[in-house]
Amino acid sequence: MRWQQEQVRRIAVPLGLVLVWEAAVRLQLVHSAFVPRPSVVAINWFYWIAGGPEEVAPLYSATWLNHVLSSTERVMAGLLIATVVGIVLGILVGRFRAAEQLLDPTLQVLRPIPVSAWLPFAVVFFGIKNVSAIFLIFIGAIFPIYLNTYHGVRQVDRILIRASQMLGTKSHRILWRVILPAALPAIFTGLRLAAGLAWVLVIVSEMLAVKSGLGYVMWDAYFFMRMDMIIAAMFSVGLMGFLTDRVIIWIKDWFTGWTQGLTMEPVQ
Amino acid sequence: MTGAASGKIAIRGLRKVFADRGGRGGTVALDGIDLDVQEGEFFCLLGPSGCGKTTLLNILAGFDQPTGGEALLDGRRISAPGPDRGVVFQEYALFPWLSVMDNVMFGLIETGTPRPKARETAEQYIALTGLRGFEKSLPHQLSGGMRQRVSLARVLANSPEILLLDEPFAALDAQTRLLMQRELIKIIQSVGKTCFFITHSIDEAIFLGTRVAIMTARPGRIKKILEVTLPYLRDVTSSEFNALKREALKLIEEEVEAAGRQ
Repeated sequence: MRWQQEQVRRIAVPLGLVLVWEAAVRLQLVHSAFVPRPSVVAINWFYWIAGGPEEVAPLYSATWLNHVLSSTERVMAGLLIATVVGIVLGILVGRFRAAEQLLDPTLQVLRPIPVSAWLPFAVVFFGIKNVSAIFLIFIGAIFPIYLNTYHGVRQVDRILIRASQMLGTKSHRILWRVILPAALPAIFTGLRLAAGLAWVLVIVSEMLAVKSGLGYVMWDAYFFMRMDMIIAAMFSVGLMGFLTDRVIIWIKDWFTGWTQGLTMEPVQ
Repeated sequence: MTGAASGKIAIRGLRKVFADRGGRGGTVALDGIDLDVQEGEFFCLLGPSGCGKTTLLNILAGFDQPTGGEALLDGRRISAPGPDRGVVFQEYALFPWLSVMDNVMFGLIETGTPRPKARETAEQYIALTGLRGFEKSLPHQLSGGMRQRVSLARVLANSPEILLLDEPFAALDAQTRLLMQRELIKIIQSVGKTCFFITHSIDEAIFLGTRVAIMTARPGRIKKILEVTLPYLRDVTSSEFNALKREALKLIEEEVEAAGRQ
């Protein structure tokens, strides 16, 4: 009973929104040439995924998976490089005064440059290629990971470092035994923010810097006034972003399960 | 240098000044401390809050450096933290991501004990401290008293030369505190360790210590050392116990008043 009630609560709002949308188009509150009905979007989305009659979906038939894979590949590549570089920089700058003095000013000057401002630079520098998109995702994703790692490292309780020292931990092992495990929850927060940004940036860069992926489809569909495809691509991105977040949470729970019971639970 | 050292721990002319923020001058936390702690003794350091007890312990632990004088362990100058001095913190300082077993094994692993042997030793101290059945629990799932048992087992597993206990029971409720004091005596008697125990509780100091040093208000000096020859476990209602308590209380009161005038 409780479970059913919870599930109803979870789907009530999205279901309501779709119904309002369907009704608004059918009652001609908005023109169906601009906004198709959700049912039309759903059918064409299905053709896009699984293929359909030539006359309905000649341009996009059965290409969904390829575009999703292209986008995912870029997101993963950019995110992976940003994760490695961001964590390493965050730990260095958080732990060593010299690294802070050497690296932090540069990073703080680069950080306020909007990622979108890097777009012309990337396209000129790398050309209309995959690497442009990956570079932009990297630039956008590295800062949340770097900053959260840095703060995670700085917030490690000094008493835990002392405890490990008096138990015999050598200074070069303190990083692995104390700082990294203690900073891990913060690092994962950075990773989740970065993954969200990565999906934003893959769309932006695919609209301009490459010729495949969900962002490319969106921009292409815009030129053909295919609002149904634009919306289907939007939902596809949302879905992929959601799945990416789930995967990260799953990995996070695996590594930082110990935080469960330490933090607040929502009220019923 | 070593000629002057006689105790397990020898403290010679120890002085600690904390520099004021930005300014010259500074706060003199400890001034001219001379102290010897003998092998196997349970030494209690008793003093009003802010008298520099914890500063002294931090120097013995190697977390802090003295401004003048020196502290020696077995004739060697203390300069950094190490597994020969096991610290039990008031705040437990357990690793929250590690189970009880892994917390107790931590020091053994860090000092190069192979895992199976480390586990065996850890099991032994888990049993000694009454933690059997909680090996897989995480620290935050335990009560304060249980956490302090883990903290004790963790340092004992490392077989340190001396235990440094910094008000370990101050955060516990009164009943648990009494229980833990009794347990500590039993455990220490069975493993035969030298203890340096800090407290602001007169009862606790006289219940536990073979000697009780009373500190002055800032700057901290040793005011007087009381010998407690009563056998364990001590009867806190006995007249001998209360005579010592009265003496300690009088000494402390003078210092609290002195601190109030400052």
